[in-house]
Amino acid sequence: MTDKQPVDTAIQYQSKLFVPQASSRPETAPDFSHIEIPSPIASHRPDVLSEAIDIQDLAYGLVRVLGDDNLVAGPWAPDLSPDKLLQGLKHMMHVRAFDNRMFKMQRQGKLSFYMKCTGEEAVAVAQGMALKPSDMLFPSYRQQGLLFVRDHSIVDMMCQCLSNAKDNIKGRQMPIFYSSKKHNFFSLSGNLATQYSQAVGWGMASAYKGEDNVAVSWVGDGTTAAADVYHALVFGSTYKAPVILNVVNNQWAISTPQSFASTGSTFAARSIGLSIPGIRVDGNDFLAVYAVTQWAAERARKGGGPTFIELYTYRTEGHSTSDNPDAYRGKNEASFWPLGDPIERLKEHLIAIEQWSEEQHQALQSELTDEITKDWKEALSHGSLDNGPHWPVTSMFEDVFKEMPPHLVKQSKQIGV
Amino acid sequence: MAKMNMIQALNSAMDIAMDRDPNVLVMGEDVGYFGGVFRCTDGLYKKYGSHRALDMPIAEGGIMGVAIGMGVNGLRPIVEIQFSDYIYPAIDQIVSELARLRHRSGGEYFAPVVIRAPCGGGIRGGQTHSQSPEGIFTHACGLKTVMPSNPYEAKGLLIAAIEDDDPVIFFEPKRIYNGPFDGDHNKAASPWSAHPLGDVPQEHYKIEIGKANVLEPGSAVTVITYGNMVHVAQAAIKNSGIDAELIDLRTLIPLDIDTIKASVQKTGRCVVVHEATLTSGFGAEILSQVQEECFWHLKAPIERVTGWDTPYPHAFEWEYFPSQERITQAMLRTLESN
Repeated sequence: MTDKQPVDTAIQYQSKLFVPQASSRPETAPDFSHIEIPSPIASHRPDVLSEAIDIQDLAYGLVRVLGDDNLVAGPWAPDLSPDKLLQGLKHMMHVRAFDNRMFKMQRQGKLSFYMKCTGEEAVAVAQGMALKPSDMLFPSYRQQGLLFVRDHSIVDMMCQCLSNAKDNIKGRQMPIFYSSKKHNFFSLSGNLATQYSQAVGWGMASAYKGEDNVAVSWVGDGTTAAADVYHALVFGSTYKAPVILNVVNNQWAISTPQSFASTGSTFAARSIGLSIPGIRVDGNDFLAVYAVTQWAAERARKGGGPTFIELYTYRTEGHSTSDNPDAYRGKNEASFWPLGDPIERLKEHLIAIEQWSEEQHQALQSELTDEITKDWKEALSHGSLDNGPHWPVTSMFEDVFKEMPPHLVKQSKQIGV
Repeated sequence: MAKMNMIQALNSAMDIAMDRDPNVLVMGEDVGYFGGVFRCTDGLYKKYGSHRALDMPIAEGGIMGVAIGMGVNGLRPIVEIQFSDYIYPAIDQIVSELARLRHRSGGEYFAPVVIRAPCGGGIRGGQTHSQSPEGIFTHACGLKTVMPSNPYEAKGLLIAAIEDDDPVIFFEPKRIYNGPFDGDHNKAASPWSAHPLGDVPQEHYKIEIGKANVLEPGSAVTVITYGNMVHVAQAAIKNSGIDAELIDLRTLIPLDIDTIKASVQKTGRCVVVHEATLTSGFGAEILSQVQEECFWHLKAPIERVTGWDTPYPHAFEWEYFPSQERITQAMLRTLESN
């Protein structure tokens, strides 16, 4: 049976191929010492209609507002009332409580899958708050915070995760692949980056119709390698489409470190050659994320075209419930991340300006956890993944087309036969 | 011989090929350090280094393009597409380039690339982690198309694919990575170690691409299938007691029409089963060829049991996944017909 085909075993290669390295692997200690963290006052906030080439330093810098003293400083400090900040804090804590519960429910077999956004809650929450409700969101899979900002029902999000009878997308997709037209939140795809150029098209239509709504999209650091990202930048710049194109650089794409996509530069720098301003921002600094997003939205509404924002952050947990990060990165790498945790940082700021206390924080945390527990019970009352109730089985054949064509009518009658 | 599941058998095939030929390398998303999300390339990074178990940026079109370039320059890349559902950004490189390179260059150039892609459902993966897109690739001229149904054949076919000078797209039904699955999800999972085809030689061997396997001899009806559905059909035959002949195609292109012909001319009845959607699925091609080759022997219309013509659902996995019951009913209909 063994094939005796001769193989030229004399060939020996001395590979000179360059292969990037990771920030850490289980056998090496995490080391983020190369990351330069400038002070909030080191940056500058240019006019929103600046040319990309004139502000390219922002693509290589790091916009920050919250300093190491937990106080606000520098030109990017946004005009946000303590109430607004507290609202942001509450949303981020709510997202985290939701994520923790859903993750546990997946582990208990109630959900088929889940993805947390732990450590990067400021991205979706601060950006969502800096936008208008009529701005259209084309998210990736870790921006669930946008739905919290837009007051989406938590129970309904859970029902989507359960694919039950109250799931607004009728059991069609895996957990977290939300869609909510009411909240201008585009249907999530499992295929990466596809939404990026779609956002540009949406923005082009907004401009064509003479409206001032902006389209906003997100991809991760790994996904920047996808051709659709380039398409979005080229089309967005060509037509000066009112879009904000975000890269959430959370350092890891499942097991692949950002070094396999960043090519030794920043992600933000990638847009400059296409005349789109690139801005790199401390993604764990709620105020900085808010300020940069506000700048980009104003630029878009004034006809300045796209902004490419790199949100510099860290994926504290695994990619999803399907992977164990300890298998491919240093243990507790998250604790070495130099930009801290977005919830902790905003909390410390609010305490520093005497608008918040540790006791209030603890009380809010328990309140949110209790609310999530209550919501989960209610969601389950609308059906579980395994036992239903679900939508009727024949609903599977609906929405393939607007009107069901004869071949699907025929198949829908065969099901269960 | 060793007990291997399909993941281990595929891993063994790649290990052997890499050991024998320094031109062989594995590449794709998460395949290097991590060893692949399904663990198929586990250990290859450690054994052969980061240059030969090559992690790659998330861009299937880019991965495929560089694989072709490497192939043209003498290497034999084994590309892993993490889920076959993610293959579409690479379609241009696969269909317009990889499949046609030899032909368009008058035989001057070729790229011996193997594309491995986990496919199929039954894992609650919804529409973006459950597809069976083999019919798209059988329709592109120039790609050998393989889908094994067990560890023993997976290894032999993968080694044959790696050593083949033509591009091969190799679909791996992920539901049966760890054990055969007869379609009854309420039953306890059974491992490959309890199945005779989980006995896999540790050494090099090949199974010829383009040869089907008659898995169960029978005389009343021919059931033609491949991949996941081999086990569902086998259980349906066993549980119904129908004297069916079961053919596991193993390779779709080139199609072993001789084996099909011999069987259908004998039984006069035919049921084709696949998990992919019905319309324009590979079953349609099988039906056409059976009709061309066996028309005067047929005693009943040929039946197809397939996935429905809808995107793969999350909630209704088991209503979608072709069941034993549907296969049995199809066999009975052909038997009742005269």
